[in-house]
Amino acid sequence: MNGEFRGRMLVTLCAVIMIAATIAITIFLGTKGLQAFFKNGVNPIEFLTSSDWNPLKENPEYGALTFIVGSFAVTVLSAIIAAPLGIGAAIFMTEIAPSWGRKILQPIVELLVGIPSVVYGFIGLTVLVPFVRSHIGGLGFGLLSGTIVLSVMILPTVTTIATDAMATLPKNLREGSLALGATRWQTIKKVLIPAALPSLLTAIVLGMARAFGEALAVQMVIGNSRDLPTSILDTAATLTTIITLNMGNTTYGSVENNTLWSMGLILLIMSFGFILLIRYLASRRKL
Amino acid sequence: MNSKVADRIATGVFGLIAVIIITILASLFGYILVNGVSHISWSFITSPSSSIRAGGGIRDQLFNSIYILVITMIITVPLGLGGGIYMAEYAKPGRVTNTIRSCIEVLASLPSIVIGMFGLLMFVNLTGWGYTIIGGALALTVFNLPVMVRVSEDAIRNLPNDLKEASLALGITHWHTIKKVLLPSAFPSILTGAILASGRVFGEAAALLFTAGLSTPRLNYMDWNPFSPISPLNIFRPAETLAVHIWAVNTQGLIPDAKEISAGASAVLIIAVLIFNLSARWIGSIIHKKMTANK
Repeated sequence: MNGEFRGRMLVTLCAVIMIAATIAITIFLGTKGLQAFFKNGVNPIEFLTSSDWNPLKENPEYGALTFIVGSFAVTVLSAIIAAPLGIGAAIFMTEIAPSWGRKILQPIVELLVGIPSVVYGFIGLTVLVPFVRSHIGGLGFGLLSGTIVLSVMILPTVTTIATDAMATLPKNLREGSLALGATRWQTIKKVLIPAALPSLLTAIVLGMARAFGEALAVQMVIGNSRDLPTSILDTAATLTTIITLNMGNTTYGSVENNTLWSMGLILLIMSFGFILLIRYLASRRKL
Repeated sequence: MNSKVADRIATGVFGLIAVIIITILASLFGYILVNGVSHISWSFITSPSSSIRAGGGIRDQLFNSIYILVITMIITVPLGLGGGIYMAEYAKPGRVTNTIRSCIEVLASLPSIVIGMFGLLMFVNLTGWGYTIIGGALALTVFNLPVMVRVSEDAIRNLPNDLKEASLALGITHWHTIKKVLLPSAFPSILTGAILASGRVFGEAAALLFTAGLSTPRLNYMDWNPFSPISPLNIFRPAETLAVHIWAVNTQGLIPDAKEISAGASAVLIIAVLIFNLSARWIGSIIHKKMTANK
């Protein structure tokens, strides 16, 4: 009986560690992220709404709006590119060519997941940036390059979940529609996509969550400027790229360093937000 | 528009999307391998990196990547396995289980840079260790743990129910059943999952940036004393991994041949990921054949 009890305690402990880690991360990053406002007197409203970021000036300004806008811009834009591609690939694998399409695309998607993000960044830097510069315009570094790199990175996430969503739809849905004389496209458009919609949205949200948090690959191609971008070819910066760049160069505990932690806190809150959104979508799933 | 025509156009569009994705992967891999493999040589892999001059290798970075991976897996696998067993066998539906599940979900969705920041706070500043291998490995544990738990839980849940019932019917205790019946049967899927997770850990950089650091001391590979500061085995020394190295030489590097080095290092990373991927499938199928006696 003793071994029984010990085993049970052991695995319970492992599960408790998970709760402890989550609470620790939330508390540590929460307190550290709020220090800029409570200890250094940075105005939280100015932090969120001003786009003036000049920590080294005589009257330092700590407005993070540029980076917040940058983060949302690359996230939304890359979702706009990756969502149709990912869902299209999912439909191709489940509805059009289930036998061989899946055999070819599935491993490809898995391999795309496996490519480390710095490699995406490196290819973006050496291939995409010069290409954009000479064929589309601008410096090459900028929102457009960041968006393209991120779209490829989140494509596998969207595809995998969308494929699961389409594959788990009940068969009689499909057969019923086809039996009524609808074409395959009509079935897909009018029956299957609406039925799978909450799950498909979940796929897109998870992709966006990944795009929002990605740091190094974006940092290598986005240009990291401190001005609000006015066009898609402009250089920009995101919360993650500013943290990546400046965390090592600022003194630990300084005001500028503390504002970086506040940006980290925004990332944390956003990932909670994405989870809540996914939960909401899950509750709307009827099938 | 005629619905038949629309159907045909749609089919064409979906086919085109599939082709686009295949092209993306093929060109990515083609580019990395064609550009990178020519830079991989014995001396590239075995010589130390240089910070200013051209012609440096990746010896220490490669060693660090593998070493951090090993330490991370030593910590993650037992913890993840335990968590997975708990979730599959002991967790009763209720508030506690829901909390644990939410925590796994939160941990899994955290951006790796946030985990890096937490690691910086916890394992670098609070403990006073500075940039260390163990700090990096612990940060990667946070990153990898939810994956391991999910893999283990799924592996145990997917076992046929009669396996467990037969063992329990023989009067064997629950824990003994888990240890002697369920775990060995779930082993192939867990191993496959662990290898795939290793591939993810091997290429991870953002979480290591602030925890294992951007530098490596001058290592002496003859020094096997794990407490010596120049021993490669010392877990309390800073360590730049391969993925971090690629980022560093491209963004803050002074090396003139940064492009060649990153190309070579990227190829090594990609090949490693391919090996992890293929070996996971291969080992999975071998063990599956052995254990289920299916030909």
